[in-house]
Amino acid sequence: MKSKRALFAVPYVGWLALFVVAPIVMVVIYAFSTAGGGFTLENFARMGTYATVFTRSFWLALLATLICLLIGYPVAYFISREGPRFQRVAMMLVMLPMWMNFLLRTYSWMSILENTGLLNRLFQSIGLIGLVNRIFGTSYDYFPMINTQGAVVLGMVYNYLPFMILPIYSVIEKMDGSLLEAARDLGANGAGVFRKVILPLSLPGVLSGVTMVFVPAVSTFAISRLLGGGTQMMLGDLIEQQFLGGAYNPHLGAAISLVMMVIVVVCMTVMNHFGEGEEQAVML
Amino acid sequence: MSKKLIRLADCCMAFDGELVLDHINLYINDSEFLTLLGPSGCGKTTTLRIIGGFITPTSGEVLFDDVRMNDIPPNLRKVNTVFQRYALFPHLNVFENVAFGLRIPKTVEEGGRKRKVRVPEAEIRQRVLEMLEVVSLKGFDQRRISELSGGQQQRVAIARALVNRPKVLLLDEPLGALDLRLRKDMQSELKRIQQQLGITFIYVTHDQEEALAMSDTVVVMDQGRIQQIGTPEDIYNEPKNAFVADFIGESNILDGIMHEDFVVEFFNRKFKCLDKGFAPMEPVDVVIRPEDIDIVPAEKGALRGTVTSVTFKGVHYDTIVDFKGFKWLIQTTDYHSEGETIGIVLNPDDIHIMRKSQYSGMFGDYSSYSEEYDDLEDVSLLEEEEGGDEE
Repeated sequence: MKSKRALFAVPYVGWLALFVVAPIVMVVIYAFSTAGGGFTLENFARMGTYATVFTRSFWLALLATLICLLIGYPVAYFISREGPRFQRVAMMLVMLPMWMNFLLRTYSWMSILENTGLLNRLFQSIGLIGLVNRIFGTSYDYFPMINTQGAVVLGMVYNYLPFMILPIYSVIEKMDGSLLEAARDLGANGAGVFRKVILPLSLPGVLSGVTMVFVPAVSTFAISRLLGGGTQMMLGDLIEQQFLGGAYNPHLGAAISLVMMVIVVVCMTVMNHFGEGEEQAVML
Repeated sequence: MSKKLIRLADCCMAFDGELVLDHINLYINDSEFLTLLGPSGCGKTTTLRIIGGFITPTSGEVLFDDVRMNDIPPNLRKVNTVFQRYALFPHLNVFENVAFGLRIPKTVEEGGRKRKVRVPEAEIRQRVLEMLEVVSLKGFDQRRISELSGGQQQRVAIARALVNRPKVLLLDEPLGALDLRLRKDMQSELKRIQQQLGITFIYVTHDQEEALAMSDTVVVMDQGRIQQIGTPEDIYNEPKNAFVADFIGESNILDGIMHEDFVVEFFNRKFKCLDKGFAPMEPVDVVIRPEDIDIVPAEKGALRGTVTSVTFKGVHYDTIVDFKGFKWLIQTTDYHSEGETIGIVLNPDDIHIMRKSQYSGMFGDYSSYSEEYDDLEDVSLLEEEEGGDEE
């Protein structure tokens, strides 16, 4: 019986081997070899040049994750407290933007943030720009919004926010209502129930939300190029350049990918551990 | 013992226009063990939740020590609840679960100024460990909740509520999820704890045996109304209507006519009884408990019938006897085989007379005896559904 059932796993195991394990092995091989095929560590030695790209990537991804958490948690919390009909509609609205093409969404932000874009024209017509100029003694014709770090972070938050809301929402929504009643019964007021029961019990959702936002954010490439205008190069862009761009060097690209992967894995392990520690701390 | 601690005055509760509690009037004395007993959907859990403060009655008043409590939230009421499925906090260990209520600062008024008071850590520790000892969980304080058995979780839930020294402890079918043996143990344990601490217990159950064994006062409910309030003996011996007679224990319920005080007629025969105060020739319900009936040889009996089924129950035989088409349940230690014709004798104190009610004619005939037993076993399933509906 058991061996028969194991047969069902074969397609997926094959898939894993072919499209997950093999590529990782290839990345490792490429990262440690020269164009001629010999072993080298030079790819890693050259990486120091790109230290700013590394720090910028991690810094912006962290910032975007943090903002997603600050926006996403309250949204998830309040949605989960409403009636089932409201919940369905609200969650659909949260997901709705994701049904549109990713590039389309990001291009839309370009036309909103541009110097002559929607927002600046709106600010001009309501006289906001003139007002700011008068107060601060500046002479803006428009607010520079596109091609800034802010725009890149905005793009990442916009694109990845649903991935934060979803896991937190599902954890809070499934929480046993009698636990909240028990906390009330034992004397906790609304804030106490949240702090002592809802928050600690929703941590697993927060952790998976953070993971689901941080990992794609740190390796993102189109957003930084479109909304950062090339001034805010991130790891994803750098890697893309090594494989498709003018700086063609797949070995260096593989090495960068590998280092990024290792850093992400380390970050996640530390964070998961920290999450568990948090739970332990509450327990003691 | 006679101080009225909690009073429900004319409480009604409606969910989506459907009346769940219908004019409940009830008071609960200090240090009393009171049980709300009834089938699923009778409103007992709703009553408990009103006292706990989780829902507000649609009309009527909830009074604690004669102070109106309708709009006071649960965290400001001096009652604590043991929930049906325990509701222990999975992220906290046993010690922290029990300490939960003690760690919450209490607001006290002192000379017109409000001040927050915390229980000192040393006192928390002492009280938690003490309470764990009371519920026989000494040494379990560092365990995780997931490591405990159902019975142990139950005890943690009780300790978590009692450590706050509430005036009243509310228990919502606390033994429902335990197996029979553990249930019996916990019954006597709960009674012991209640007597040891002198706290008022309000206990919700659908299990009549549990109610009779533990309570000082039993409140029998059905269809959102209180059917009878009394001591377990009163409820069993002097049921007020056919519903109570049927729900508490087994009973044969017949139509009768009260001729005059102390004389009742059924099966076209007059019997002496101990009841009075009915109108002449008033139609009544007559209750005869199966264990009160004496079987005698056919020729000596006041009534004569044929045995249609016999079931061995350990201590006694459940014997179903057909009297002119109406089947009685008789519990006797003597064996009478199927098809045998027997006679029975009824003493005046075996016969209990009740006024007619909306429940007349619904219960008390054992023609569908075995099906009724099946229904009884299903009660626990129905109860689960009720809990879900009311949340």
